[in-house]
Amino acid sequence: MRKIIIAAALTLGTVLPFGAAQASTAGAEPPHVDFSFDGLFGTFDRNQLKRGFQVYKEVCSSCHSLKLLAYRNLKDPGGPEFTEDEAKALAAEAQIPTLDDAGEPTTRKGTLADHFAYQTTPQEHATLKGAYGSIPPDLSLMAKGREHGPVYIHALISVGYEHEAPEGVTIPAGGNYNSIFPGGVIAMPKPLSDGQVAYAEKEIPQTVDQYAKDVSAFLMWVAEPKLEARHRLGFGVILFLGIMGVLFFLSYRRVWRNVDH
Amino acid sequence: MASGPSTYTPSNGLMRWLDARLPIVRFANDNLLTFPTPKNLNYSYTFGAILLYCLVIQIVTGIVLAMHFVPNAALAFNSVEYIMRDVNYGWLLRYIHMNGASFFFIAVYVHILRGLYYGSYKDPREVLWILGVIIFLLMMATGFLGYTLPWSQMSLWGANVITNLLGALLGTDFTQWLWGGFSVDNPTLQRFFSLHYLLPFVILGVSVLHIWALHHVGNSNPTGIDPKGPQDTVPLMPYYTAKYFFVITVFTIFFAFVVFYAPNLFGHVDHYVEGNPLKTPAHIAPEWYLGAFYAMLRAMDFNFLFIDSKLLGVLTMLGAIGILFIVPWLDTSKVRSANYRPVYWWCFWIFVADYAMLSWAGLQPAGVILLQTGVGADGAPTGFSITHLSQIGTAYYFAFFIIIMPLLGLFETPRALPESIAQAVLGKKRGGGAAAPAGAAAAPESRV
Ligand code: HEC
Ligand code: HEM
Repeated sequence: MRKIIIAAALTLGTVLPFGAAQASTAGAEPPHVDFSFDGLFGTFDRNQLKRGFQVYKEVCSSCHSLKLLAYRNLKDPGGPEFTEDEAKALAAEAQIPTLDDAGEPTTRKGTLADHFAYQTTPQEHATLKGAYGSIPPDLSLMAKGREHGPVYIHALISVGYEHEAPEGVTIPAGGNYNSIFPGGVIAMPKPLSDGQVAYAEKEIPQTVDQYAKDVSAFLMWVAEPKLEARHRLGFGVILFLGIMGVLFFLSYRRVWRNVDH
Repeated sequence: MASGPSTYTPSNGLMRWLDARLPIVRFANDNLLTFPTPKNLNYSYTFGAILLYCLVIQIVTGIVLAMHFVPNAALAFNSVEYIMRDVNYGWLLRYIHMNGASFFFIAVYVHILRGLYYGSYKDPREVLWILGVIIFLLMMATGFLGYTLPWSQMSLWGANVITNLLGALLGTDFTQWLWGGFSVDNPTLQRFFSLHYLLPFVILGVSVLHIWALHHVGNSNPTGIDPKGPQDTVPLMPYYTAKYFFVITVFTIFFAFVVFYAPNLFGHVDHYVEGNPLKTPAHIAPEWYLGAFYAMLRAMDFNFLFIDSKLLGVLTMLGAIGILFIVPWLDTSKVRSANYRPVYWWCFWIFVADYAMLSWAGLQPAGVILLQTGVGADGAPTGFSITHLSQIGTAYYFAFFIIIMPLLGLFETPRALPESIAQAVLGKKRGGGAAAPAGAAAAPESRV
């Protein structure tokens, strides 16, 4: 009886605080997606990250920055792992705002050290805000900054736009109905449609659902670039601690072998 | 400072010379090696050692983080991300420090509850207990200050909520003095960083006093009766040090699991959104370890006499911590350990569940309806809400200390205590349970 009560009190203490659902004005529950990086041994799928990067570059980048990501990161281990030359070539495509010798604004070719940032001027901000009613947020940490992370992003840009607004919901000018977005009305116009991005891998379906999965996986890597190193190191550390724990337990028992306690 | 006479004899002339001038070797010998410790301490008594381990981890990782962190409102958030991305093993340092705070609190809660269960605060350990409560308070302050440093939405708005609470008590002038301006801004961040760096060393200092007091009066133990002689104790080294190595390793396995496989388990997603003074988050939640106090604060949604609900909430919250200081004098029982107090035993475990429930309630959005009974005039559901639950929880929290503790000591009939620790241990060996019949032979244990 005592044991049961102790167990119940402890379970209440540990489970309750974390099992609590975060009820708020949340949008619909996003449908589950299995990602390769889930689980204790999860790793990123290099090809998926490359495809996701392509979707970001061709679609999202016209509105969203990735300030925390540099071109050099594209070749880092544990990421899409482009070669150094590929990363350099991708960087060189970017036009980075700078000043010329006379102090006039101009642009230069990007380098590996540049970030996926747009030094938006106040005028550009105003234009964006005028066009979309809201400034498109930076996506660097989006996969960690929302409940459900990549699963939410996938749903937001795919199934979120599939439904008509329910009766009685009025969509303000410049707004779009999105069943996943909290509040239901989002400034972002439906960004993806089938066949929009031409993948080199022909066996991969070129659908909104696939694009959304790929770009969400890519954004997860951008938000947590050391995920693979973390999973790998953790395995070694816990194995080591486990062995040490057994040895310490045996020495503890040995030290106490002659003591009644 | 160790209880009992010193057992140290300097081994040669040099050591005798040193011992006469600075008895540091004697000090280490008496406190770290031969310190007599009751031999019947169970695993709940190892959390003190675990807490020291946590403090060292926080200080070491914190010092390295501080080498890379930039305490500036415009740069702090990105500097933490720079640590996560570009500093070698920075992600590991930051995840250890961030989760280290949570594990520190898990350990301190076990440690405090252990004290409440075994009556560790009773004569002659009142000062030891009070020093512990001071450490607990300093830990809460340090954890809160640290949480503001990454300057995320949760940092910024958490800082707002807490400083405004203090304002409710001490006035706007005080809040502005605390902020260093008219809102939570760069000056606030800089001073919070300075204090976050300072307080752990204050904790270290108070911990030294805490252990000094412990070694002066000696450990309590699960029977609650004092050791009667060497047959009841073992030297700290190697008996308890061997045990500490084992439990600290097990603790680290749990810790490592969270750091490597669920590093954001205790966190909130808004902690990854840069702080924006113009955008209030939908729901501001404290860290889990402050949840119970936050729940008690919000439970006070009514005015009492001339005290308005906000001030009442702050007073309740401060009272919840303050009452811990006088626990040694609230408890009137002559018997220390809950093992021999059948009614207190129940009250204690209900208290544990109550505290867990409050911790949970504090993290929920305010006013969530748990059991709907009707619909209000505005169409919103009405019924039994988080606030009602928190009110019940708060009532029990205070009743436990103010009513149960003083009265139980007077009215409860405790079970028979064993004659000595050695006898209790033998009783357990024979399957007699902790409360062996008083007549059982108290064979002296001489093998130690
Ligand atoms: C035409 C410009 C535009 C494009 C292209 C675009 N977005 Fe957006 N996006 C926006 C705007 C504007 C918002 C702000 C929405 C709001 O706050 O109502 C936004 C918001 C978001 C959000 C944040 C939602 C939240 O919970 O706050 C995510 C995630 C997002 N976009 C992902 C993407 C992805 C992935 C792509 C590429 C497939 C993309 N966007 C393409 C304009 C765009
Ligand atoms: C009692 C011990 C300590 C506790 C409980 C504690 C707690 C915390 C917490 C909760 C955070 C926020 C982590 C996050 O959300 O990212 C933090 C951040 C920080 N702490 Fe500590 N800390 C302690 C000791 C120290 C010490 C001794 C130092 C420096 C010498 C330090 C330096 C820092 C720095 C630089 C940060 C910001 C970087 C970051 O957010 O990871 N801490 N601390």
